[in-house]
Amino acid sequence: MTGPVLSIRDLSVEIPTRAGVVKPVDGVSYDIGRGEILGVVGESGAGKSMAGNAVIGLLNPPAHISAGEIWLEGARIDPLQGEAMRRLRGKEIGMVFQDPLTSLNPLLKIGDQLTETILTHLPVSREEAERRAIAALDEVGIPGAAQRIDSYPHEFSGGMRQRVVIALALCAEPSLIIADEPTTALDVSVQAQIIALLRRLCRDRGTAVMLITHDMGVIAEAADRVAVMYAGRLAELGPVREVLTRPQHPYTDGLMASTPLASQARNRLHQIPGSMPRLTDLPDGCAFHPRCPLVQAQCRQNPHPNIGKGRAACWFPLIERAAE
Amino acid sequence: MTAYVTVKGLSRVFDVSKPWLNRVLERRGKAFLTAVSEVDLDIEERTTYALVGESGSGKSTIGRMLVGLLRPTGGEVEVEGVNLDRETDRAKVAKVRGDIQMIFQDPYASLNPRWRVRDIIVEPVAVKSGDTEGLAERLLEQVGLHAADAGKFPHEFSGGQRQRICIARALASEPRLIVCDEPTSALDVSVQAQVLNLMSDLKEEFGLTYLLITHDLTVVRHMADRIGVLYLGRLVEEADPTTLFETPKHPYTQMLLNAAPRIDGFGREVDPPQGEIPDPINPPPGCAFHPRCPIARDICRQERPRIRPLGATRVACHLAE
Amino acid sequence: MAELRVETVERAVEKGNWQRFRESDFFYSFKRSPVAIVSFAVVCILVLSAVFAPLIAPTNPFDPASLNLMNGFTPPMEPNAFTGESFFMGTDDQGRDVFSTILYGMRISLFVGAAAVLFAMTLGIVLGLVSGYFGGWTETIIMRIADVQLTFPSILVAMLIFGIAKGFTPVEYRDQMAIWVLILAIGLSDWVQFARVVRGATLVEKRKEYVAAARLIGRSPWAIMVKHILPNALSPVLVIATISLALAIIAEATLSFLGVGAPPTQPSLGTLIRIGQGFLFSGEWWILFFPACTLLALALSVNLLGDWLRDALNPRLR
Repeated sequence: MTGPVLSIRDLSVEIPTRAGVVKPVDGVSYDIGRGEILGVVGESGAGKSMAGNAVIGLLNPPAHISAGEIWLEGARIDPLQGEAMRRLRGKEIGMVFQDPLTSLNPLLKIGDQLTETILTHLPVSREEAERRAIAALDEVGIPGAAQRIDSYPHEFSGGMRQRVVIALALCAEPSLIIADEPTTALDVSVQAQIIALLRRLCRDRGTAVMLITHDMGVIAEAADRVAVMYAGRLAELGPVREVLTRPQHPYTDGLMASTPLASQARNRLHQIPGSMPRLTDLPDGCAFHPRCPLVQAQCRQNPHPNIGKGRAACWFPLIERAAE
Repeated sequence: MTAYVTVKGLSRVFDVSKPWLNRVLERRGKAFLTAVSEVDLDIEERTTYALVGESGSGKSTIGRMLVGLLRPTGGEVEVEGVNLDRETDRAKVAKVRGDIQMIFQDPYASLNPRWRVRDIIVEPVAVKSGDTEGLAERLLEQVGLHAADAGKFPHEFSGGQRQRICIARALASEPRLIVCDEPTSALDVSVQAQVLNLMSDLKEEFGLTYLLITHDLTVVRHMADRIGVLYLGRLVEEADPTTLFETPKHPYTQMLLNAAPRIDGFGREVDPPQGEIPDPINPPPGCAFHPRCPIARDICRQERPRIRPLGATRVACHLAE
Repeated sequence: MAELRVETVERAVEKGNWQRFRESDFFYSFKRSPVAIVSFAVVCILVLSAVFAPLIAPTNPFDPASLNLMNGFTPPMEPNAFTGESFFMGTDDQGRDVFSTILYGMRISLFVGAAAVLFAMTLGIVLGLVSGYFGGWTETIIMRIADVQLTFPSILVAMLIFGIAKGFTPVEYRDQMAIWVLILAIGLSDWVQFARVVRGATLVEKRKEYVAAARLIGRSPWAIMVKHILPNALSPVLVIATISLALAIIAEATLSFLGVGAPPTQPSLGTLIRIGQGFLFSGEWWILFFPACTLLALALSVNLLGDWLRDALNPRLR
């Protein structure tokens, strides 16, 4: 198969609340190809995790998918319910969350958790499953994997636990891994280890990865392409180097300029005025216009822009301005 | 210039033993965690001193000892020439304590949800029965909020705005030193820039001294005049930002700088550092970093290195030169 | 620094407490819960009619002058065979109007229940705050006492306390003191829950940084406990207080039914039920039935209100 592993088309998520219906995800489309890491970046409330949860069918009611389609390996998965979704979740989509403890059962040995997962999803014997469990732990870099399968989650350090979670996500050989802030809770030195691990696995196995994070540095180092989200919508989507060095959306531009650099001291940080609007009262027109330094009358009047021929969902992408 | 804060041989040990009955039944001894171990540092007036380190490095513990939330187990803290634990003149101690304030990491937990913003901000002054008339409104304007926000409750504000309220509260008692414990690590990038800029402006305007505690090297580079790197409760290296970032002397600092993700590090193949931070209850003998250190020798395993001057740097490593 | 100004969404005016309450999720949830509205209405009606009993009640059942023995055992809504008088809920053996005795009895029941809960709450809050905030030996001692007390049924504890207290009261004051002893007994048997909940909340709150901020500006432990921690621990206390009120009313009724509670000179609902059950098998069912129904309605509606409060104040449990 040559198509993308995951394809999201015009996905919208709605939550009915007292104050009316809010849309934490609004008309989002992106693809992830084989062996590709797509970084989904945005500030809190941008809807980046909500989009990931929608893919794996883990939206907390009353949140629900209100429009759009999700395709995995050429099959539509958004209408799946209950058992079918659960099967898909372990088999085709692996998950890595911020806190490794939420993904591991504290009462079971990690070897048993891995073997169970493999047996549930793959047609192999118990011996084979155990062999694969050890191989998976070995692959994620847990020293002495054959001995450690008898350990409980609390016997591992934070970084090692996250490796176990990655092994657990990988062991059923899924085609897609959704990693939601996988390194946020970890120390800098361990963070680098996990990023290197994700990249290696992705390259070696051809697994597609959706890497959700707020950390531009992690995106820059790990992702192939990046989707920048703002107020539930895509702001910019494109190859990571181009988006980060030559942003076309004023928001991406502001975000990059306000990130302090380790390589040089800046006298004063650039700042985007204001903060992200609450979903309950989004401004008319482009959601970014109240904070945009380059706002024009059209940005307030026209509906929210979509990504057109450029990379950015902006009426006046920076590339055109430069050309003028 | 004289040091505003002088810390000498500062240590803090926590008793992390299980309850007495468990110890007897399981035949275990008491367990002690050394969070901070013999740290020496000076903070000049009107500068920003940054303490960086990973989790368990003891950076927050040092901050809490400085503001008096924790008592040191050993060593001394002198502020404005007053030894805060030994000084017997209570008025003197109270005067110095009043000059120190703190900003916390979690803007959601550091404001009492049942209090109006006005009461939160003026509390430090109201306790000393000072004049609070219009104070909250004035401070709110100063940190970039509106005077009308004084009557609201914390939940009506976003994370960045709450952190501004925390800063306003810290400013209320007109402090000279503010200990900032991870002030922006719970904030989004664009909001972090706003808060950092605000902190820089206020420092100029009020002649403040900051002790900035963080794990984020990029923030440190941007804000600090002097940086101390902590590992397992020990100060391993101290220098000005340019020296530290361009010629790091300690292998741990080198590793940390190399491992931190960079926004211009596209597809960078880092050689990820080995191992993890050891258990602080049983720290390795000698240099605490030796099990992960690429250049460790025998002496590193046996003898704890003292911090020594080396050019513009102070470093605690036997082999650095 | 004008560029630093942050947009705040609702600028307008400072909201008063009443307006904040009307816009709160709490009030919204109340409006949407029929159970809450009905039980709140029932509680209100019962409490108001108890408070204004002297105005509502047709007779004062404790004024011997207004009693006519000839009116004894009048069935409800029927004229008395001798005097021709008719009573809404009938009369008891001494000719007292059952409806009036219920109104007056509810006063005693509610007063004892509310005062006992108030007493238990105050004691529990203080001990809970102290043990949660200071920890160490203080905490160990307080919480071990609580544990021991929890191993006895609270009605037994109340009876024990009642018995001891009665022993120390001079005979001539016994009837007068009975109500207060009852309050003490029920209150003392009920403080544990409050202490536990407040201690738990204190342990959570005292780790939060706003408490550190208050400590560092030199606030005393008492000021921190009362002004900072307590307001944040009050929600669960309110829930427990409501549910405890229902339990305290029942406990009072049980004690009075067993004859160790409110004296016949100041009968509570429990006393009325005890008196009434003697006539059940001789056919005068109303003397028992109406007080029992009132007790049931009171306890049930307070309890339902408490259940709803727990759901409304603890969104995580839903």
